[in-house]
Amino acid sequence: MSNFSVGFRSSGGVQVLDLQGELDAHTASELEAAIQKCQAEQRYRILINGENLQYISSAGLGVFMAYIEEVREEGGDIKIAALQPKVYNVFDLLGFPMLFDITESEEAALDKFEDGTE
Amino acid sequence: MARSVHTFSIPSSTRYLEDVRRFVETHALEADLPEDSVEKFKIAVDEACTNVIEHAYGGDEHHRVDLAIIVEADQFTVRIRDNGVPFDTSNYQEPNLLELTKHRRGGGLGVHIMRRLMDHVEYRTRGSTNEVLLTMYRNANGNEG
Repeated sequence: MSNFSVGFRSSGGVQVLDLQGELDAHTASELEAAIQKCQAEQRYRILINGENLQYISSAGLGVFMAYIEEVREEGGDIKIAALQPKVYNVFDLLGFPMLFDITESEEAALDKFEDGTE
Repeated sequence: MARSVHTFSIPSSTRYLEDVRRFVETHALEADLPEDSVEKFKIAVDEACTNVIEHAYGGDEHHRVDLAIIVEADQFTVRIRDNGVPFDTSNYQEPNLLELTKHRRGGGLGVHIMRRLMDHVEYRTRGSTNEVLLTMYRNANGNEG
């Protein structure tokens, strides 16, 4: 039984993915499937809400890296919001803030989509 | 503090990574490691086990990964052993995040994370057994650096 889940929500024209639980090499395929679902539905403005994400390893980070270029080529973006400090530290360790918009709140990420700074 | 050793084995499948993290967390907390060091160990050991499962054993779930936590007064070490294909440290290059995203690749970050989080990372191969030792030293204040 996986201790990771992805919830789907829309906010304006943005697809919000609510991550819950622990994201590792076993559960990363569920995040990958969620992003592929967004692509299949031509939803390229993707907001990852990490408020309830308890853990991430490089396998989880690798999913964002594998899809960000494709999503941006379609005029969209993957923005990451509301990470817990211990999870943000892992993103920061690998230099993710240089390549991704990572905001403290979902609202701030939605504002960035509104501003068109994707 | 007396030296203590705790052992744990898992089948070579990523579905047991969660159990590995709980094992590390339990003994790291028991050894009075600060919370941020406990988190660092959970990630580093997860990365090491993932590499063993996916690379040393090539995804074959019919093997075992053996873990040992060695608690000493001045250091905390996790040893991960396997009998798969040894990791070739001579071919290792630091990952370039920008290049990886351009090539739509997300792999190759585990070793980098382990080296960034731990004070010392050592790979050894003896006969058919490979091991990686992940170590964090305690400083004079009893905190990890």
